[in-house]
Amino acid sequence: MHELGIAQQVIEIAAERSGGARISRIVLEVGKLAAVLPDALRFCFEAVSEGTPAAGAELQIVEVPGRARCRSCGGSVELERPYGRCACGCSDLDWLSGEELRIKELTCAPLADATANTITTTTMTTS
Amino acid sequence: MKVEQDVLQKNDRLAAENRGWLRARGVTAFNLVSSPGSGKTTLLERTVREAGLPATVIEGDQATDRDTQRIRAAGARAVQINTGAGCHLDAHMVAHALEDLDPERDSTVFIENVGNLVCPALFDLGESAKVLVASVTEGDDKPYKYPHMFRAANLVLLNKIDLLEHVPFDADRFAAALREVNPRARLLHVSATRGDGLGAWYGFLRDRPTSA
Ligand SMILES: Nc1nc2c(ncn2[C@@H]2O[C@H](COP(=O)(O)OP(=O)(O)OP(=O)(O)O)[C@@H](O)[C@H]2O)c(=O)[nH]1
Ligand SMILES: [Mg+2]
Ligand SMILES: [Zn+2]
Repeated sequence: MHELGIAQQVIEIAAERSGGARISRIVLEVGKLAAVLPDALRFCFEAVSEGTPAAGAELQIVEVPGRARCRSCGGSVELERPYGRCACGCSDLDWLSGEELRIKELTCAPLADATANTITTTTMTTS
Repeated sequence: MKVEQDVLQKNDRLAAENRGWLRARGVTAFNLVSSPGSGKTTLLERTVREAGLPATVIEGDQATDRDTQRIRAAGARAVQINTGAGCHLDAHMVAHALEDLDPERDSTVFIENVGNLVCPALFDLGESAKVLVASVTEGDDKPYKYPHMFRAANLVLLNKIDLLEHVPFDADRFAAALREVNPRARLLHVSATRGDGLGAWYGFLRDRPTSA
């Protein structure tokens, strides 16, 4: 399944950002409407992180709820699954959130030092 | 450390590059997705013979080149991508295949994705439109079961309608489910073997603006 490829991407990006330093924690945002199963992703992550800087790292998955706006009446709709209906009966919805699949944060330990420290002061922006 | 990076960013970037590459050549690309055996290759064999469009094909398959051979026998050039254990095509694979294929200006490229209604939904290839081939032997509740893929589709072809009288498939229920999951998708009933509805499909192909 695609969770395997996604886990590999997560590790690739994390290793790039950590500059090869050991990673102890990855915070990943997964939208409720993204076609990704958190359990499957965790399972794949453990399997493919072995032998990489992310081996043994904690994968913290933050679920983002699904929200949409109705294209007929403008009403807001909460989505539990990737389709739904506005109170007005319309199913043509503009998704506002819930499709996220992004790495939010990394915690790494410098190679020479085994103690993990979160560097929150350096903000890198790429996207 | 704050990162804020989309996990699929690399694929999305490569897909955008493919889209630019195609647009520069005036080529329209269709990404055909379905569950295994819905009739993608049968439809393409017939389309390359009958639609009257200069067309080439990228065939995604886990292990074999059987579909590629079928397309070549039908008279079109085709390039094979074997995904191995991978369950979908990605933009990187398609970029290489497009270079090999070297489609002529203003032609049509069909990309037959791996038969799978889950994974291909996440991977943009740079296509102009996604065409989902469903068939009446799969059950009329498919849009609810694979909402991501149905939502991503621009056109849904309901194939094998020649079998409607033999299977318990309610075409109205299917249409209602599709409307709920994706009210914007077009729906056409076709039979790739008997030929029903193929005129409308060829019309869709001809009308399609380049790299929408
Ligand atoms: N009755 C009927 N059979 C069809 C139709 N279209 C395809 N088939 C049959 O369905 C089977 C699968 O067709 P393919 O074209 O190989 O399907 P596919 O989607 O390319 O399959 P994969 O590449 O394995 O995912 C073949 O036996 C076809 O002859 C149709 O419209 N009606
Ligand atoms: Mg096929
Ligand atoms: Zn509404």
